[in-house]
Amino acid sequence: MSVTVISESSNGSLHPVTAQLVGAASSLGESITVICPGGVGSSDAANIAGVTKVISVEGDCFESYDCVAWSKAISPLVEGDLVLSSSSAVGRDLVSSIAASMGVPVVQDVTSLTEGFSATRPIFSGKAIEEVSISSPCAISLRANSFESAGDGGNAEVSTVNVSQDITVAVKQALAKASERIDVSEADIVISGGRGMGEPANFSHLEEVADILGAAVGASRAAVDTWGEIPHSMQVGQTGKTVTPNLYIAVGISGAIQHLAGMRSSKFILAINKDADAPIFGVADYGIVSTWEEALPVLKEHLSDLLSN
Amino acid sequence: MGVAVLLKQVPDTTAKISISEDRVDEASITKWSISPYDEYALENAIKLKESGFGDVVAITCGPSRSAKCLTEAAAVGADRLIHIISESPLDSIQVQSLLSAAVKESGCEVVMCGKQAADTNSGSTGPGLATTLGFSCVGGVTEVSIEGGNASATRLGPSGLEQVEVAVPCVFTFDKGDSELRRPNVRGIMMAKKKPVDGFSAEDLGVDVGDSMVEIKSHSSPPEKKPGQKFVGSDSVPEVVSKLREEANVI
Repeated sequence: MSVTVISESSNGSLHPVTAQLVGAASSLGESITVICPGGVGSSDAANIAGVTKVISVEGDCFESYDCVAWSKAISPLVEGDLVLSSSSAVGRDLVSSIAASMGVPVVQDVTSLTEGFSATRPIFSGKAIEEVSISSPCAISLRANSFESAGDGGNAEVSTVNVSQDITVAVKQALAKASERIDVSEADIVISGGRGMGEPANFSHLEEVADILGAAVGASRAAVDTWGEIPHSMQVGQTGKTVTPNLYIAVGISGAIQHLAGMRSSKFILAINKDADAPIFGVADYGIVSTWEEALPVLKEHLSDLLSN
Repeated sequence: MGVAVLLKQVPDTTAKISISEDRVDEASITKWSISPYDEYALENAIKLKESGFGDVVAITCGPSRSAKCLTEAAAVGADRLIHIISESPLDSIQVQSLLSAAVKESGCEVVMCGKQAADTNSGSTGPGLATTLGFSCVGGVTEVSIEGGNASATRLGPSGLEQVEVAVPCVFTFDKGDSELRRPNVRGIMMAKKKPVDGFSAEDLGVDVGDSMVEIKSHSSPPEKKPGQKFVGSDSVPEVVSKLREEANVI
């Protein structure tokens, strides 16, 4: 079977989730084609072990994200019965359009996938798990950090396809740059604050811990709704992002059901809250009953000692 | 002219999801709501109407219970209500072909919906529908205004927050923005109760949906976590930090 992988990029280079997509494809197909929209990261994609060939698809329409234009440029290049993408915002948007133009179903945010195809995915932001069987041909987006990465050492041929697809969505003005900080849905470690942080300026204390750990900073819905300074892009929970990091640190978050849905699948959870009865302690592996004002300075000090050695 | 807004009825996000006989137990869900991101689409559609852009056509696809979300939309200003009645789970192609037929029936060239639904969390409908209809698509928008045949939208794209321009026809999928969602007043609620809902079956729309290519095998609850360890006071922080390294192996 042949599998086509749509590569993921960030800040002009190949995103590491691409190697995870190839890793998942390797267990299903003999031939793996990686399509790099706009040619971003095509030489790095060729170095991923198991990749048969790389198609660098280039043209003016790749200047900025334009769902339907990209999909029209990419869909004719798809080979085989399975298209894989990442379940990032762009990944799932693009693969939905590619699937529709091919007339095949799409299943999003899959966390395990076996031949046939049988897939599992969280629904209700993780309040339940769904198992589906999907007829081939189809398109599937995979959640980051759920599949083993393929190694490097590949040596695939890169071919370039130039397209002259009309641009339909034109960027007129950049209003704010994307945050330099890693996104909560991609990070290995996430530290989130809730309304218990008292005021938005206090999120700087979470940022300091995040800097030591290389973590992303998230927030509860209560914090996002209360303070305009905390953007919705940081919101973890059912109406925000669902996260599955190795370590999730919840500070001043009581643990509303919508928040728990978005973070309970994290591998380890550390909760810091002054209220010993806060529901967040019900899902925490380690709970510290303390105010953040007392706990965070000690946490900062010990983490930097530990990680600088 | 006019805006079609796609609404999905989902269990309220405060609802506990329980499982019975390998399926989400719908009977145990006491409150159903319009999916949160769809509410932002509805709000923007009504704002467009207020700026003179024409009627708001609210469309939903789902079982009988979902007609309620159309009435809720009417209470805040939707003018026409279309219910595609479908009792069984549908795959993305089936949903998109039904919605595509309903949008054509409405005559609208601007379509608004949430970026993803709060139940499946998929986000396939907006871009898939745009492709099926041959419309453009702008995802993750928080505000859309239209002048002549051109729309201007604020979206959170991969490079940050940006202002984009797109020609109509177009599908916009909404993220949560700064818009305050309007609440219905008593008069709106009374009027909405009298507003007719146009029910369509797949046959009425001339769509042969065929069989679903995605079969749901089971639903299950996420694995229960075993009870964690609890410590009191900031003095315990050093011990927890060492546990994070030694026991959990995560730092």
